[in-house]
Amino acid sequence: MAFGRSSRTGVMHAVSPIEPLTLKLLVAGGFGVGKTTLVSAVSEIRPLRTEELLSEPSAAVDDLHGVEAKSTTTVAMDFGRITLRDDLVLYLFGTPGQDRFWFLWDELAQGALGAVVLVDTRRLADCFAAVDYFERRGIPFLVAVNCFDGAERHPVVTVREALDLEPEVPVLLCDARDRESVKDVLVGVVEHAMSVARARRQEAARV
Amino acid sequence: MSELGQDPTGTSHASDVGPAAHPHWYDDEAGPVVRPYAMTRGRTSHAAQHRLDLIALVVAEPAADDPAWDMTLSPEHAHILELCRERPQSVAEIAAGLDLPVGVVRVLIGDLVDDELVHVTRPVPPAELPDESILREVIDGLRAL
Repeated sequence: MAFGRSSRTGVMHAVSPIEPLTLKLLVAGGFGVGKTTLVSAVSEIRPLRTEELLSEPSAAVDDLHGVEAKSTTTVAMDFGRITLRDDLVLYLFGTPGQDRFWFLWDELAQGALGAVVLVDTRRLADCFAAVDYFERRGIPFLVAVNCFDGAERHPVVTVREALDLEPEVPVLLCDARDRESVKDVLVGVVEHAMSVARARRQEAARV
Repeated sequence: MSELGQDPTGTSHASDVGPAAHPHWYDDEAGPVVRPYAMTRGRTSHAAQHRLDLIALVVAEPAADDPAWDMTLSPEHAHILELCRERPQSVAEIAAGLDLPVGVVRVLIGDLVDDELVHVTRPVPPAELPDESILREVIDGLRAL
Protein backbone atom coordinates (compact mmCIF):
# COMPACT_ATOMS: atom_id res chain seq x y z
CA MET A 1 0.00 0.00 0.00
CA ALA A 2 1.42 3.31 -1.01
CA PHE A 3 -0.50 5.88 0.94
CA GLY A 4 1.88 8.66 0.09
CA ARG A 5 1.74 8.24 -3.66
CA SER A 6 -1.93 8.14 -4.29
CA SER A 7 -3.25 11.43 -5.50
CA ARG A 8 -6.72 11.50 -4.04
CA THR A 9 -7.04 15.15 -4.88
CA GLY A 10 -6.72 14.41 -8.59
CA VAL A 11 -10.41 14.13 -9.33
CA MET A 12 -10.54 12.73 -12.84
CA HIS A 13 -9.07 9.31 -12.34
CA ALA A 14 -8.67 9.19 -8.62
CA VAL A 15 -8.47 5.64 -7.35
CA SER A 16 -11.36 5.05 -5.03
CA PRO A 17 -10.09 5.17 -1.46
CA ILE A 18 -12.92 2.97 -0.21
CA GLU A 19 -12.22 -0.73 -0.19
CA PRO A 20 -15.47 -2.21 1.01
CA LEU A 21 -15.74 -5.36 3.04
CA THR A 22 -17.35 -8.02 0.88
CA LEU A 23 -19.56 -10.79 2.22
CA LYS A 24 -21.50 -13.52 0.53
CA LEU A 25 -24.66 -15.49 1.01
CA LEU A 26 -25.51 -18.62 -0.95
CA VAL A 27 -28.84 -19.50 -2.48
CA ALA A 28 -29.20 -23.21 -3.02
CA GLY A 29 -32.00 -25.50 -4.09
CA GLY A 30 -33.09 -27.71 -6.92
CA PHE A 31 -33.14 -26.80 -10.57
CA GLY A 32 -35.87 -24.31 -11.45
CA VAL A 33 -36.86 -23.59 -7.86
CA GLY A 34 -36.36 -19.85 -8.32
CA LYS A 35 -32.80 -19.17 -7.15
CA THR A 36 -32.07 -16.61 -9.84
CA THR A 37 -35.51 -15.05 -9.35
CA LEU A 38 -34.73 -14.60 -5.67
CA VAL A 39 -31.37 -13.02 -6.44
CA SER A 40 -32.97 -10.67 -9.01
CA ALA A 41 -35.56 -9.53 -6.50
CA VAL A 42 -32.97 -7.79 -4.32
CA SER A 43 -29.87 -7.37 -6.46
CA GLU A 44 -28.94 -3.85 -7.57
CA ILE A 45 -27.55 -5.31 -10.78
CA ARG A 46 -29.18 -7.69 -13.19
CA PRO A 47 -27.85 -11.05 -12.02
CA LEU A 48 -24.52 -11.69 -13.64
CA ARG A 49 -23.36 -15.02 -14.81
CA THR A 50 -19.90 -16.32 -14.25
CA GLU A 51 -18.62 -19.56 -15.60
CA GLU A 52 -15.98 -21.90 -14.42
CA LEU A 53 -14.29 -24.48 -16.55
CA LEU A 54 -14.05 -27.64 -14.59
CA SER A 55 -11.52 -30.36 -14.96
CA GLU A 56 -12.03 -33.50 -12.99
CA PRO A 57 -9.38 -33.26 -10.31
CA SER A 58 -6.71 -35.76 -11.27
CA ALA A 59 -5.27 -38.04 -8.65
CA ALA A 60 -2.14 -36.24 -7.57
CA VAL A 61 -0.85 -39.12 -5.49
CA ASP A 62 0.34 -41.60 -8.02
CA ASP A 63 1.08 -40.09 -11.35
CA LEU A 64 -0.05 -42.57 -13.94
CA HIS A 65 1.41 -40.42 -16.67
CA GLY A 66 -1.36 -39.57 -19.03
CA VAL A 67 -3.48 -42.59 -18.33
CA GLU A 68 -6.49 -40.75 -17.08
CA ALA A 69 -8.14 -38.39 -19.48
CA LYS A 70 -9.51 -35.27 -17.90
CA SER A 71 -12.95 -34.24 -18.90
CA THR A 72 -13.72 -30.59 -19.11
CA THR A 73 -17.07 -29.03 -18.65
CA THR A 74 -18.55 -25.69 -17.79
CA VAL A 75 -20.70 -24.68 -14.89
CA ALA A 76 -22.49 -21.38 -14.49
CA MET A 77 -23.29 -19.49 -11.33
CA ASP A 78 -25.62 -16.52 -11.21
CA PHE A 79 -24.89 -13.84 -8.72
CA GLY A 80 -26.14 -10.47 -7.62
CA ARG A 81 -24.84 -7.58 -5.56
CA ILE A 82 -26.30 -5.46 -2.77
CA THR A 83 -24.33 -2.43 -1.64
CA LEU A 84 -25.42 -2.06 1.95
CA ARG A 85 -23.10 0.84 2.60
CA ASP A 86 -20.09 2.41 0.88
CA ASP A 87 -17.89 0.05 2.82
CA LEU A 88 -20.09 -3.04 3.00
CA VAL A 89 -21.14 -5.09 -0.02
CA LEU A 90 -23.14 -8.31 0.04
CA TYR A 91 -22.98 -10.78 -2.85
CA LEU A 92 -25.63 -13.42 -3.43
CA PHE A 93 -24.56 -16.54 -5.26
CA GLY A 94 -27.00 -18.99 -6.74
CA THR A 95 -25.32 -22.35 -6.43
CA PRO A 96 -25.21 -24.61 -9.46
CA GLY A 97 -28.21 -26.89 -9.39
CA GLN A 98 -26.41 -30.04 -10.40
CA ASP A 99 -25.27 -32.30 -7.63
CA ARG A 100 -22.10 -33.34 -9.34
CA PHE A 101 -20.51 -29.95 -8.84
CA TRP A 102 -19.99 -30.34 -5.11
CA PHE A 103 -16.37 -29.28 -5.33
CA LEU A 104 -17.39 -25.97 -6.74
CA TRP A 105 -19.73 -25.48 -3.81
CA ASP A 106 -16.79 -25.91 -1.50
CA GLU A 107 -15.18 -22.88 -2.98
CA LEU A 108 -18.41 -20.92 -2.96
CA ALA A 109 -19.17 -21.96 0.58
CA GLN A 110 -15.81 -20.91 1.92
CA GLY A 111 -16.25 -17.79 3.96
CA ALA A 112 -19.99 -17.58 3.27
CA LEU A 113 -22.07 -15.91 5.97
CA GLY A 114 -24.85 -18.38 5.50
CA ALA A 115 -27.21 -19.94 3.01
CA VAL A 116 -30.80 -20.02 1.89
CA VAL A 117 -32.14 -23.39 0.82
CA LEU A 118 -35.01 -22.56 -1.49
CA VAL A 119 -37.67 -25.23 -1.60
CA ASP A 120 -40.56 -26.08 -3.89
CA THR A 121 -42.96 -28.28 -1.92
CA ARG A 122 -43.98 -30.08 -5.12
CA ARG A 123 -40.39 -31.28 -5.44
CA LEU A 124 -39.21 -31.37 -1.89
CA ALA A 125 -36.59 -34.03 -2.52
CA ASP A 126 -34.66 -31.64 -4.81
CA CYS A 127 -33.34 -29.79 -1.79
CA PHE A 128 -32.17 -32.77 0.25
CA ALA A 129 -28.64 -32.54 -1.11
CA ALA A 130 -28.33 -28.86 -0.22
CA VAL A 131 -29.68 -29.35 3.31
CA ASP A 132 -27.29 -32.23 3.78
CA TYR A 133 -24.35 -30.24 2.50
CA PHE A 134 -24.85 -27.22 4.76
CA GLU A 135 -25.57 -29.39 7.80
CA ARG A 136 -22.34 -31.28 7.35
CA ARG A 137 -20.23 -28.17 6.79
CA GLY A 138 -21.78 -26.36 9.73
CA ILE A 139 -22.82 -23.48 7.49
CA PRO A 140 -25.78 -21.59 8.98
CA PHE A 141 -28.78 -21.97 6.70
CA LEU A 142 -32.51 -21.57 6.67
CA VAL A 143 -35.17 -23.16 4.52
CA ALA A 144 -37.33 -20.79 2.50
CA VAL A 145 -40.41 -22.35 0.94
CA ASN A 146 -41.10 -20.61 -2.34
CA CYS A 147 -44.87 -20.27 -2.54
CA PHE A 148 -45.50 -20.65 -6.22
CA ASP A 149 -48.87 -19.60 -7.54
CA GLY A 150 -51.21 -22.50 -7.29
CA ALA A 151 -48.83 -24.56 -5.20
CA GLU A 152 -50.32 -26.02 -2.13
CA ARG A 153 -49.19 -24.06 0.90
CA HIS A 154 -47.73 -26.66 3.12
CA PRO A 155 -47.56 -25.56 6.67
CA VAL A 156 -44.10 -24.87 7.95
CA VAL A 157 -44.36 -27.79 10.35
CA THR A 158 -44.93 -30.30 7.56
CA VAL A 159 -41.90 -29.09 5.63
CA ARG A 160 -39.77 -29.15 8.77
CA GLU A 161 -40.76 -32.72 9.49
CA ALA A 162 -40.34 -33.87 5.91
CA LEU A 163 -36.81 -32.45 5.84
CA ASP A 164 -35.99 -33.72 9.32
CA LEU A 165 -34.45 -30.38 10.23
CA GLU A 166 -32.72 -29.56 13.47
CA PRO A 167 -35.10 -27.54 15.65
CA GLU A 168 -32.97 -24.39 15.44
CA VAL A 169 -33.04 -24.23 11.63
CA PRO A 170 -35.61 -21.58 10.65
CA VAL A 171 -38.26 -22.38 8.04
CA LEU A 172 -39.97 -19.46 6.30
CA LEU A 173 -42.56 -19.09 3.59
CA CYS A 174 -41.56 -16.65 0.87
CA ASP A 175 -42.25 -15.35 -2.59
CA ALA A 176 -38.96 -15.32 -4.48
CA ARG A 177 -40.28 -12.61 -6.83
CA ASP A 178 -41.13 -10.22 -4.04
CA ARG A 179 -38.41 -7.88 -2.84
CA GLU A 180 -39.79 -7.41 0.68
CA SER A 181 -40.29 -11.13 1.10
CA VAL A 182 -36.73 -11.87 -0.05
CA LYS A 183 -35.37 -9.16 2.27
CA ASP A 184 -37.07 -10.96 5.17
CA VAL A 185 -35.45 -14.22 4.10
CA LEU A 186 -31.98 -12.68 3.93
CA VAL A 187 -32.39 -10.94 7.28
CA GLY A 188 -33.49 -14.30 8.65
CA VAL A 189 -30.30 -16.00 7.41
CA VAL A 190 -28.02 -13.39 8.93
CA GLU A 191 -29.92 -13.44 12.23
CA HIS A 192 -29.62 -17.20 12.27
CA ALA A 193 -25.88 -16.95 11.50
CA MET A 194 -25.56 -14.57 14.41
CA SER A 195 -27.22 -16.96 16.85
CA VAL A 196 -25.15 -19.87 15.52
CA ALA A 197 -21.98 -17.85 16.04
CA ARG A 198 -23.10 -16.96 19.54
CA ALA A 199 -23.86 -20.59 20.41
CA ARG A 200 -20.45 -21.66 19.10
CA ARG A 201 -18.71 -19.05 21.20
CA GLN A 202 -20.54 -20.21 24.30
CA GLU A 203 -19.66 -23.80 23.50
CA ALA A 204 -16.01 -22.87 23.07
CA ALA A 205 -16.03 -21.00 26.38
CA ARG A 206 -17.41 -24.03 28.19
CA VAL A 207 -14.69 -26.39 26.95
CA MET B 1 -10.42 -31.16 -29.62
CA SER B 2 -7.84 -28.74 -30.93
CA GLU B 3 -5.90 -29.33 -34.04
CA LEU B 4 -2.44 -30.69 -33.75
CA GLY B 5 0.29 -28.13 -33.90
CA GLN B 6 -2.04 -25.20 -33.73
CA ASP B 7 -0.57 -22.44 -31.62
CA PRO B 8 -3.37 -21.41 -29.31
CA THR B 9 -1.83 -18.08 -28.43
CA GLY B 10 -1.99 -16.99 -32.02
CA THR B 11 1.40 -15.42 -31.64
CA SER B 12 4.29 -16.34 -33.86
CA HIS B 13 6.93 -17.97 -31.78
CA ALA B 14 7.35 -20.21 -34.75
CA SER B 15 10.45 -18.36 -35.94
CA ASP B 16 12.53 -19.11 -32.87
CA VAL B 17 10.98 -22.41 -31.85
CA GLY B 18 9.74 -24.25 -34.88
CA PRO B 19 6.96 -26.78 -34.58
CA ALA B 20 9.49 -29.46 -35.34
CA ALA B 21 11.57 -28.58 -32.29
CA HIS B 22 8.54 -29.03 -30.01
CA PRO B 23 6.17 -31.34 -31.78
CA HIS B 24 4.43 -32.09 -28.47
CA TRP B 25 4.36 -28.92 -26.48
CA TYR B 26 1.29 -30.37 -24.80
CA ASP B 27 0.72 -33.96 -23.80
CA ASP B 28 -2.14 -36.14 -22.66
CA GLU B 29 -1.64 -35.06 -19.10
CA ALA B 30 -2.48 -31.53 -20.03
CA GLY B 31 -5.97 -32.69 -20.87
CA PRO B 32 -7.85 -31.26 -23.77
CA VAL B 33 -6.64 -27.87 -24.84
CA VAL B 34 -9.17 -25.34 -23.68
CA ARG B 35 -9.38 -22.30 -25.86
CA PRO B 36 -10.00 -19.57 -23.24
CA TYR B 37 -6.74 -20.49 -21.58
CA ALA B 38 -4.94 -19.31 -24.71
CA MET B 39 -5.31 -15.85 -23.17
CA THR B 40 -3.25 -16.99 -20.24
CA ARG B 41 -0.71 -18.61 -22.58
CA GLY B 42 -1.81 -21.96 -21.28
CA ARG B 43 -1.37 -21.19 -17.60
CA THR B 44 -4.13 -22.42 -15.34
CA SER B 45 -2.78 -21.07 -12.09
CA HIS B 46 -0.73 -18.18 -10.89
CA ALA B 47 1.69 -17.95 -8.01
CA ALA B 48 0.26 -14.67 -6.81
CA GLN B 49 -3.39 -15.60 -6.91
CA HIS B 50 -3.60 -17.75 -3.76
CA ARG B 51 -6.84 -19.13 -5.14
CA LEU B 52 -8.54 -15.76 -5.22
CA ASP B 53 -11.98 -15.85 -3.71
CA LEU B 54 -14.90 -14.95 -5.95
CA ILE B 55 -15.66 -11.96 -3.75
CA ALA B 56 -12.07 -10.82 -3.29
CA LEU B 57 -11.93 -7.24 -4.53
CA VAL B 58 -9.45 -6.15 -7.17
CA VAL B 59 -8.38 -2.56 -6.58
CA ALA B 60 -6.47 -0.47 -9.10
CA GLU B 61 -3.21 1.02 -7.88
CA PRO B 62 -2.43 4.67 -8.65
CA ALA B 63 0.16 3.42 -11.15
CA ALA B 64 -2.70 1.98 -13.20
CA ASP B 65 -3.67 5.50 -14.24
CA ASP B 66 -0.62 5.73 -16.47
CA PRO B 67 -2.08 5.57 -19.99
CA ALA B 68 1.06 3.82 -21.21
CA TRP B 69 -0.23 0.56 -19.78
CA ASP B 70 -3.05 0.37 -22.25
CA MET B 71 -0.49 0.12 -25.01
CA THR B 72 1.52 -2.71 -23.53
CA LEU B 73 -1.12 -4.88 -21.92
CA SER B 74 -3.18 -7.51 -23.69
CA PRO B 75 -6.77 -6.44 -24.40
CA GLU B 76 -8.02 -8.67 -21.57
CA HIS B 77 -5.57 -7.25 -19.03
CA ALA B 78 -6.43 -3.72 -20.15
CA HIS B 79 -10.14 -4.48 -19.86
CA ILE B 80 -9.73 -5.68 -16.27
CA LEU B 81 -7.73 -2.60 -15.41
CA GLU B 82 -10.36 -0.38 -16.99
CA LEU B 83 -13.11 -1.99 -14.91
CA CYS B 84 -11.13 -1.69 -11.69
CA ARG B 85 -10.27 1.94 -12.30
CA GLU B 86 -13.97 2.76 -12.17
CA ARG B 87 -14.32 1.13 -8.77
CA PRO B 88 -12.99 -1.96 -7.02
CA GLN B 89 -14.46 -5.09 -8.60
CA SER B 90 -14.92 -8.57 -7.26
CA VAL B 91 -13.30 -11.47 -9.10
CA ALA B 92 -16.79 -12.73 -9.97
CA GLU B 93 -17.80 -9.39 -11.47
CA ILE B 94 -14.66 -9.21 -13.56
CA ALA B 95 -15.27 -12.72 -14.88
CA ALA B 96 -18.83 -11.78 -15.79
CA GLY B 97 -17.72 -8.45 -17.29
CA LEU B 98 -15.16 -10.09 -19.55
CA ASP B 99 -17.36 -13.13 -20.18
CA LEU B 100 -14.46 -15.39 -19.31
CA PRO B 101 -14.23 -18.37 -16.96
CA VAL B 102 -13.22 -17.52 -13.41
CA GLY B 103 -10.09 -19.66 -13.69
CA VAL B 104 -8.83 -17.64 -16.64
CA VAL B 105 -9.59 -14.34 -14.94
CA ARG B 106 -7.70 -15.41 -11.81
CA VAL B 107 -4.54 -15.92 -13.85
CA LEU B 108 -4.91 -12.56 -15.60
CA ILE B 109 -5.46 -10.80 -12.26
CA GLY B 110 -2.33 -12.50 -10.95
CA ASP B 111 -0.38 -10.92 -13.81
CA LEU B 112 -1.67 -7.46 -12.91
CA VAL B 113 -0.75 -8.06 -9.26
CA ASP B 114 2.78 -8.93 -10.39
CA ASP B 115 2.94 -5.71 -12.39
CA GLU B 116 1.77 -3.84 -9.27
CA LEU B 117 -1.11 -2.36 -11.20
CA VAL B 118 -3.73 -3.79 -8.85
CA HIS B 119 -3.92 -5.28 -5.42
CA VAL B 120 -6.45 -7.73 -4.09
CA THR B 121 -8.27 -7.45 -0.79
CA ARG B 122 -8.70 -10.47 1.37
CA PRO B 123 -12.25 -11.32 2.25
CA VAL B 124 -13.26 -12.54 5.67
CA PRO B 125 -11.17 -15.58 6.55
CA PRO B 126 -13.01 -18.80 5.78
CA ALA B 127 -14.45 -21.05 8.46
CA GLU B 128 -14.95 -18.02 10.59
CA LEU B 129 -18.12 -16.01 10.85
CA PRO B 130 -17.51 -12.29 10.89
CA ASP B 131 -17.84 -10.19 13.97
CA GLU B 132 -21.29 -9.83 15.47
CA SER B 133 -21.18 -6.08 14.91
CA ILE B 134 -20.68 -6.65 11.18
CA LEU B 135 -23.58 -9.10 11.06
CA ARG B 136 -25.74 -6.51 12.79
CA GLU B 137 -24.73 -3.93 10.19
CA VAL B 138 -25.69 -6.37 7.43
CA ILE B 139 -29.11 -6.87 8.99
CA ASP B 140 -29.66 -3.12 9.39
CA GLY B 141 -28.51 -2.57 5.81
CA LEU B 142 -30.88 -5.20 4.45
CA ARG B 143 -33.83 -3.81 6.38
CA ALA B 144 -33.10 -0.33 5.07
CA LEU B 145 -33.11 -1.43 1.41
